Amino acid sequence: MSLTVKDLRVEIRAGGRTLTPVEGVDLVVGRDQCLALLGESGCGKSMTALALMRLLPEGGRVAAGRVELSREGAGVEDLLAQPESAMGQVRGGQLAMIFQEPQTSLNPVMTVAEQIGETLAAHRALTGVAARSEAGRLLEAVGLGTDKLDAYPFQLSGGQRQRALIAMMLAGEPEVLIADEPTTALDVTIQAQILKLLQDLRRERGMGLLLITHDLDVARDMTRGPDDRVAVMYAGQIVESAPGQALQAEPRHPYTQKLFAVLPRLERRGQRLDSLPGRVPVLDGSSAGCRFAERCPQVFERCRQEVPGFHGVAEGHWVRCHLADPEAASPADSQGRGVESAGENPPRPPFGKGGSEAGTPILAIDDLSVHFPIRKGLLKRTVGQVKAVDGVSLALAAGETLALVGESGCGKTTLARAVLRLIEPTGGEVRLAGEPLGGLRGEALRRKRAQMQIVFQDPFSSLNPRMGVGDILAEGMAALLPDLDRAGRARRTAELLDQVGLPADAAGRYPHEFSGGQRQRIAIARALAVRPKLLILDEPTSALDVSVQAQILNLLSDLRREHGLAYLFITHNLAVVSYLADRVAVMRGGKIVESGPVEQVLTRPRTDYTKLLLDSVPGQVLPDK
Amino acid sequence: MSMKPVLLWSDMLILVLLALVVAGVWLLRHNETFRAPLRQVLARPLGAATALVLGVYVAIGLLDSVHYVERLPDGPQGEAQYSGEVLSALDALLTPLRERVEKTYSAPFATHLYAKETLTGPDGRQVRDYPRLVHGGAHLADTDQEFWGDVLLRGGLGALGGVIAWLLCFPLWKNRPAGRPFALTLLVTLVVLGLLVALAPHYHVLGTDKVGQDVLYLSLKSVRTGLLIGTLTTLVVLPLAIGLGIAAGYFGGRVDDLIQYLYTTLNSIPGVLLIAAAVLVVQVQIETHPDLFATAAARTDVRLLALCAILGLTGWTGLARLLRAEALKLRELEFVQAARAFGVTRARILARHLLPNVMHLVLISLVIDFSGLVLAEAVLSYVGVGVDPAMISFGNMINGARLELAREPVVWWQLAAAFLFMFVLVLAANLFADTVRDALDPRGSRP
Amino acid sequence: MLNYLLRRVLYAIPILLGVNLLTFALFFMVNTPDDMARIHLGAKHVTPEAITRWKTEHGYDKPLFLNDQAPGPGAVTDTLFVEKSLKLFALDFGPADDGRDIAREIKTRMWPSLAIALPTFLVGLLAYLSFALLLVFFRGTALDTAGVVLCVALMSVSGLFYVIGGQYLMGKLWHWFPISGYQPGLEAWKFLLMPVLVSLVAGIGDSARFYRALFVEEIGKDYVRTARAKGLSELRVLFRHVLGNAMIPILTGVVVVIPRLFLGSLIIESFFGIPGLGSYTIDAIQAQDFAIVRSMVFLGSVLYIVGLVLTDLSYTLVDPRVRLE
Repeated sequence: MSLTVKDLRVEIRAGGRTLTPVEGVDLVVGRDQCLALLGESGCGKSMTALALMRLLPEGGRVAAGRVELSREGAGVEDLLAQPESAMGQVRGGQLAMIFQEPQTSLNPVMTVAEQIGETLAAHRALTGVAARSEAGRLLEAVGLGTDKLDAYPFQLSGGQRQRALIAMMLAGEPEVLIADEPTTALDVTIQAQILKLLQDLRRERGMGLLLITHDLDVARDMTRGPDDRVAVMYAGQIVESAPGQALQAEPRHPYTQKLFAVLPRLERRGQRLDSLPGRVPVLDGSSAGCRFAERCPQVFERCRQEVPGFHGVAEGHWVRCHLADPEAASPADSQGRGVESAGENPPRPPFGKGGSEAGTPILAIDDLSVHFPIRKGLLKRTVGQVKAVDGVSLALAAGETLALVGESGCGKTTLARAVLRLIEPTGGEVRLAGEPLGGLRGEALRRKRAQMQIVFQDPFSSLNPRMGVGDILAEGMAALLPDLDRAGRARRTAELLDQVGLPADAAGRYPHEFSGGQRQRIAIARALAVRPKLLILDEPTSALDVSVQAQILNLLSDLRREHGLAYLFITHNLAVVSYLADRVAVMRGGKIVESGPVEQVLTRPRTDYTKLLLDSVPGQVLPDK
Repeated sequence: MSMKPVLLWSDMLILVLLALVVAGVWLLRHNETFRAPLRQVLARPLGAATALVLGVYVAIGLLDSVHYVERLPDGPQGEAQYSGEVLSALDALLTPLRERVEKTYSAPFATHLYAKETLTGPDGRQVRDYPRLVHGGAHLADTDQEFWGDVLLRGGLGALGGVIAWLLCFPLWKNRPAGRPFALTLLVTLVVLGLLVALAPHYHVLGTDKVGQDVLYLSLKSVRTGLLIGTLTTLVVLPLAIGLGIAAGYFGGRVDDLIQYLYTTLNSIPGVLLIAAAVLVVQVQIETHPDLFATAAARTDVRLLALCAILGLTGWTGLARLLRAEALKLRELEFVQAARAFGVTRARILARHLLPNVMHLVLISLVIDFSGLVLAEAVLSYVGVGVDPAMISFGNMINGARLELAREPVVWWQLAAAFLFMFVLVLAANLFADTVRDALDPRGSRP
Repeated sequence: MLNYLLRRVLYAIPILLGVNLLTFALFFMVNTPDDMARIHLGAKHVTPEAITRWKTEHGYDKPLFLNDQAPGPGAVTDTLFVEKSLKLFALDFGPADDGRDIAREIKTRMWPSLAIALPTFLVGLLAYLSFALLLVFFRGTALDTAGVVLCVALMSVSGLFYVIGGQYLMGKLWHWFPISGYQPGLEAWKFLLMPVLVSLVAGIGDSARFYRALFVEEIGKDYVRTARAKGLSELRVLFRHVLGNAMIPILTGVVVVIPRLFLGSLIIESFFGIPGLGSYTIDAIQAQDFAIVRSMVFLGSVLYIVGLVLTDLSYTLVDPRVRLE
């Protein structure tokens, strides 16, 4: 049994143009094999998967290629040549697919049993009692009890929904399971469980697994087997394909090397992260030569003229790069070792000055609580409280970076908003540079606001789409720095754009003209505009690709050094914590369960919850693993 | 002949509306977030074409909104006297149509009246026959012989004029991305215009009504009424819907409760009933205070405005509910939170962050409501709770024509004319609304 | 559940009070009882005595909101507002200004109204949904485009023309049905079928397009992709998944009007001369009969609120996420 994709090409018509998000992709997924398709957003990996299922969105079509499914005794069939009516047996029966968003991928008005039953009826002709007992068995196989049979999706948590979706897709006993970012929307502890489940299931059933992911560490964990492979995609093409172990040990394509080099790690503390400037090219077929040429650190003449072919560099290890062409002399002697950029940076002390500094902390949170009332009954009386933040105490010294770590729903974002007085706290006290914020009103509160600002997670919803960038930056100055006149604000705007690495003409443009990373720079500039001492960073990099994340992390460390900023860094990403933070506080259920210097918490955790968090982190983020 | 301009209340409001539109466009002329969707609307095949059709209607409506009274010979003491009949620029333009009144019905292009009369022949004998029209085809000596030749010649010349004008407009559509539908619409518009200019002065191209008025004239005059209902209503709807909708969504709590109570209460009254009741109340008011109105035009005008106001007062709830939901969503968005973290005042947040981000919904809902209002006018006028029966409007035209379907042969042209003029207007408005929604709605509803 | 119903009833009281205040204000602030008397008496008979007599006979001889003549709480209760409006809460409609009992009129006239409104509603819902599903099934094809164009064209025609055209074609030209009028009993269908047909045709453009848009939006969602990935047929995806979820927004607009079907259609009934509640109301408006208008407005509001409750209840049937506490 194997799934073979040959020379796949997908075209999408949008707004009068034809784009080619996938071009010349070859893949093979065999029995009990995991193929991880790795790439950043927009590289065409999801399109590839949808093309295999023939579920491309409207306007999309497979322009060329073959998708062959070979089975013992059944010969080889080309899925793309099948009539649509025959695809019903293929989808779910031979090829199944699970999706990224467990929130929206299940039908909200049907029970789990009904939704599993549909697959059983379609592929195994099981109905009635037989279907129900089989559905129960499947639920148990994915780690859900039979009590969830009659549950509706809204009654399940995110991880449970993903399990239910997997059960639904296993019901047709498919030979290959395509998992499109199956854990991206999940918390790290749940992610570890789902990944383990997928591994177990494929072993038990001898399924092929095509795992689509942007996360190198997930790809690494899932391809530890000898047959498992990783294919790296960039701009619609596969640029490197290798056994999982080999790729980790020796990535050969400059893009893959960059992907590894930009990751934040504990051992890279104090160093500048490598970065990958530029953007993925528009895939309208206009590019000649290598698609990575514009961003490649080792680019040379030939790259811009000639499309590179695949070259074998080791047993089963292929690279689409001229540098790997054995027949052509490479211009650089060293085979691309230059990407390791640590040498370019003067070594800096691994830890910030924070923590040790005496005196008043810039931010002191004392027994802070935010409770939301639960109202019920005829008169909407308060019958209980949701304790989103429940007696949290933290202190942050000037210039220090404190990471607040926790899973979704632990109250970390509510805490941030309460500190900023965007939500009124129910109890406790927040002191900014020694002065209590509680009870401040009007002008007094406004003056305090200049000292602390916030950067949000979503670079798209955090900038008003109807305001020019100049106006966005000036808004805070107009409100909080009344001494600045119009010209002064314009001067400061130019200064800020320069500081965050944006061109000066950005001020006259609108947010939609910028990429996610650039928008995040604008958001940081906006926060800096009022010269705060403290920045609250609420997951500032989790919506970004790793290469962009590296740029933002570099910017944040530069700003910290230059302006002596203190950061309250809210995140779920322990790799970022290990790279950037001085101290860590772990939050769960509205309470701080553990806090301490970053090295101590990450290497010698004291509570079980922190241990669980650390164990769940995929890959080799933390040195002990 | 001298004249005195007259500014009716509705004219004033049209000016206000025009000023608002012009000011808005002027203020936003450099704003890319405003210009891009506009360009997109005009770049779509149907956008430019329907905008052209609507433009023709608006031009007719505007021409019909420049009012004046004619000066009569001075009175005995030498004081100025003016006619009680308020005319408009459109009336002046259409003087031939307006003044050539026949006795009663006549079919389109007819040269003879619809009904037989007892005529006295040249020999003095009395015969029952269809009399010649006073104006329609009056220039023909022998109607049977010359009619087709004359119509074809004049029509051909008119159409030729239209095509020439179209060719002169070539630069307008040559480089447009969505040029073909626009060019075609322009061609049809100009040819129709040419035909009308050539033929209408000599024939009643759409026939005449019961009292012999030219139906084409009545149809053109109805346009203003329809447009006014469709647009002036928004002057009432906008402040209510935007103000209350956003306030309910952004402030929440008590404010929200109160506003929701308001619109649930209004919604709970059957719409037509509320409108009908309100219109009748206004009607009684107008009837009991005839002294307030100098001319008949002023009276019908006030009644029209009252109808707009009532439609607006009962029609704001839908948009308000939509804006409330949107404001509820927006206030949690991070850019609003960021503004709050800067201590930006509430008024400023509402004006800079909320309002610009709901304007696309407002625009979409306005263009969608427009066609509904034009249709509503006809129905309400028909039932007797619309505009003044003396005002020329589509509803009154249909009302006057409906019973004549029972006649033999059928008097169909009045209905047909009203149908045609309304259908083209509403269809263009509906298609334009679709284009606007596609261009402005970020969800991008596919066709 | 009980809590929910109780709360809805409590919430209905201020709304109905507001409705009463509004209609009351609309009629009496602008149109005093004296004006009404003048209109009812006709120009020839207007004398101050006649006005006073008319007002006494019809119960309009009290102050509007505040009676400073009456002792104690009577200052508030012995007024026109309480007299004329608050009795409605007990569904005591009283006599019309022409003396006839409104409740009896309502009882006899609601049947013809229902006879038109109910079939129109049911057949319409079924026909429009089927048509929309058909278009969605063939979406992207020429059939879909033609259907949408047809819908836009149909909704651009004024409803008046459907009525007039229907009467002309089916009544005058083809002699299928009487042009207008009504006759109770078994013969009634002759008079009812044409208004129903006309209403159905008049509504198709708007509704089918709206439902199609709902379906198309639903089809773009992730769970539909999941259903397809399971290997379900397009028909099953449409009927089981898309329709099931689209029922939620469809019900919002549909259920709320069901109770109001009793009131009939003002426009259709007056066009076709059906002696239902719709034409009753129109006649009352034209005759300035405040008692009837007030009763119908009140009844309309009550039925609307009932419709809102029914909407909420219907959600619990199609959406497992909704629970009425």
